[in-house]
Amino acid sequence: MITYIIRRLIGAVIMLVIVSIVTFAIFFLVPRLVGATPESMASRYAGRTATAETQHLIAQRLGFYDPMPVQYGRFVKGLVVGAEYDTGTSVEKCPAPCFGYSYLTQQPVWPDLVDRSRVTFSLGVGAAVIWVIAGVATGVISALRRRSFFDRAAMGIALAGVSMPVFFTGMISLVFFSYYLGWTVPGGTYVDFTVDPFQWAYSLILPWVTLAFLFAAGYARLTRAGMLETMNEDYIRTARAKGLPERTVVVKHGLRAALTPIVTIFGLDFGLLLGGAVLTESTFSLNGLGKYAIEAIVSNDLPKVMGVTLLTAVFVVIANLIVDLLYAVVDPRVRLA
Amino acid sequence: MSANDTMPHLAVRDLSIHFPTDDGLVRAVDGLSFGLERGKTLGIVGESGSGKSVTSLGILGLHSGGNARLSGEIWLDGDELISAPPEAVRRLRGKKMAMIFQDPLSAMHPYYSVGKQIIEAYRIHNDVSKAAARRHAIDMLGRVGIPQPDRRVDDYPHQFSGGMRQRAMIAMALSCDPELLIADEPTTALDVTVQAQILDLMRDLQREFNSALIIITHDLGVVAELADDILVMYGGKCVEYGAAEDIFLTPEHPYTWGLLSSVPRLDREPTERLKPIKGAPPSLINIPSGCAFHPRCPYAAESGERAKEEVPPLAETATGGHLVRCHLSRARRREIWENDVKPILETT
Repeated sequence: MITYIIRRLIGAVIMLVIVSIVTFAIFFLVPRLVGATPESMASRYAGRTATAETQHLIAQRLGFYDPMPVQYGRFVKGLVVGAEYDTGTSVEKCPAPCFGYSYLTQQPVWPDLVDRSRVTFSLGVGAAVIWVIAGVATGVISALRRRSFFDRAAMGIALAGVSMPVFFTGMISLVFFSYYLGWTVPGGTYVDFTVDPFQWAYSLILPWVTLAFLFAAGYARLTRAGMLETMNEDYIRTARAKGLPERTVVVKHGLRAALTPIVTIFGLDFGLLLGGAVLTESTFSLNGLGKYAIEAIVSNDLPKVMGVTLLTAVFVVIANLIVDLLYAVVDPRVRLA
Repeated sequence: MSANDTMPHLAVRDLSIHFPTDDGLVRAVDGLSFGLERGKTLGIVGESGSGKSVTSLGILGLHSGGNARLSGEIWLDGDELISAPPEAVRRLRGKKMAMIFQDPLSAMHPYYSVGKQIIEAYRIHNDVSKAAARRHAIDMLGRVGIPQPDRRVDDYPHQFSGGMRQRAMIAMALSCDPELLIADEPTTALDVTVQAQILDLMRDLQREFNSALIIITHDLGVVAELADDILVMYGGKCVEYGAAEDIFLTPEHPYTWGLLSSVPRLDREPTERLKPIKGAPPSLINIPSGCAFHPRCPYAAESGERAKEEVPPLAETATGGHLVRCHLSRARRREIWENDVKPILETT
């Protein structure tokens, strides 16, 4: 078990290194390969009106003339211990993890990322709780009452849920619940959990449900398929032969085994979601990572884009690490591997 | 209860289990009757699809699908199980009647330790603490011959060998000291060397626990040493039923002869080929008319049209308590057995 954990941890670290290399390559190496010069890359920092001389100066300060490995080393160093930028007049410290400065606002990216993550995290956690509970419960009942009215209705709705994009369901629910019925707040209002937990939940309930609907549909279908399979296993018959009540048979023996693939998918979904629920955040005007990424891309603000990319990758890696460890808890056969 | 005095501990009367399907009615079991006392062993023998497994599942109330149609009576220790509410049958399951399955690897939950699964079975029916149940589980594992049971109790099924798994399965089934134990092909998934050990173990434990034992198998060799009575099933019906020595020494049904001829034997010449029964077991949806065995029976022609038109009754033979479902006359069956079948079986 210990070796398993250590091996997974090492794997996660290697993964992060690879991610950092790839990200670095995309933002610094690839442009050079397709013809960008250090000066043209520096022009992003210098602004449109800068002279060739200024560009050259900035390129020199940012180290764009250095060999690529050196640049990568500086990039990683910035992430781990922070970086120092010589602005010409003074030396500016960018504390770790340093993702650089926004082209537009000249502000460091990291504090923004932290700020935006809170919103995205709030959105993701709440939605995840709803979709896992709703999806798994629906899937179990559907599997147990196969071909019943409930099953058909639930799977029909699930199909709709998978097919309808968030900006559609989100708009509809906004119009209906916020503007027509007035039950929930319109988009754009986010109250932090630390300020007022109740307002926090109230401001997020509609995005939660909308986002959860999309995922719950998939989880319901997945759970149903898994339950149909496990409930036919021999060990289920053994559980019944022991005289266990049907509820115990279903939950403790059936669902337990059917949950394994769901845990896997959940890790991926949740990790990715923490990198920004772009559509949901846009629809409900939530200032999360997804919206941040969109703004950054639209304005060509490379450090921001890079920050979101790296952070998302980190979330996915961590989520997968947790899933791997959970796997070992769930399935004893994994511990030997 | 008055019925109790004359009735064996387990009495199955005219049991039928039918499954309506889109393709037609599956008559998995049709008009089956037998009885069994505690401490005795019944072997139910037949090919795949003869209805033997469905019978055992039916007794435990585990026949899959809510649409199964059961009729007849199953009496266990004075309780009738078919008309009993499912919840009542559930309470008996595991406590008064338990089951051992064919493949212990797939029959045990891969995510729970062996000990946990035994403890679970024990605590469902006995109001004891976890610690006491654990001691009981270790004790049971020791009794089925698992070395170092106090250490192995926390192992998972995949950490056990095949034979050990089946032993653990037996420990689980016996944990509540059941009156009736049904073993469905208990040795089929095991190595030949382990098979004998498991059969020995089951015989010893049956003596110790004094339970009624039903062994379901397609292998007459398995029941030869263990069973007191043998019931041969074909196409969902009992075709021959009697004491084990009667079935082995003077079998009277052509199907039983076929089964006996197809048992591989070490004492025969390797060049000699096994004699399989010709043809395939009947589909339980389309059971042949008349005698279900007639399309495969080498002696069917002797009964002429009756073979196809009339279901032979389950009738007593010369020896008391030995029942056979066959159109051939008693004398003719004896003659074929003595002259045609027995000499071939006995050649070495």
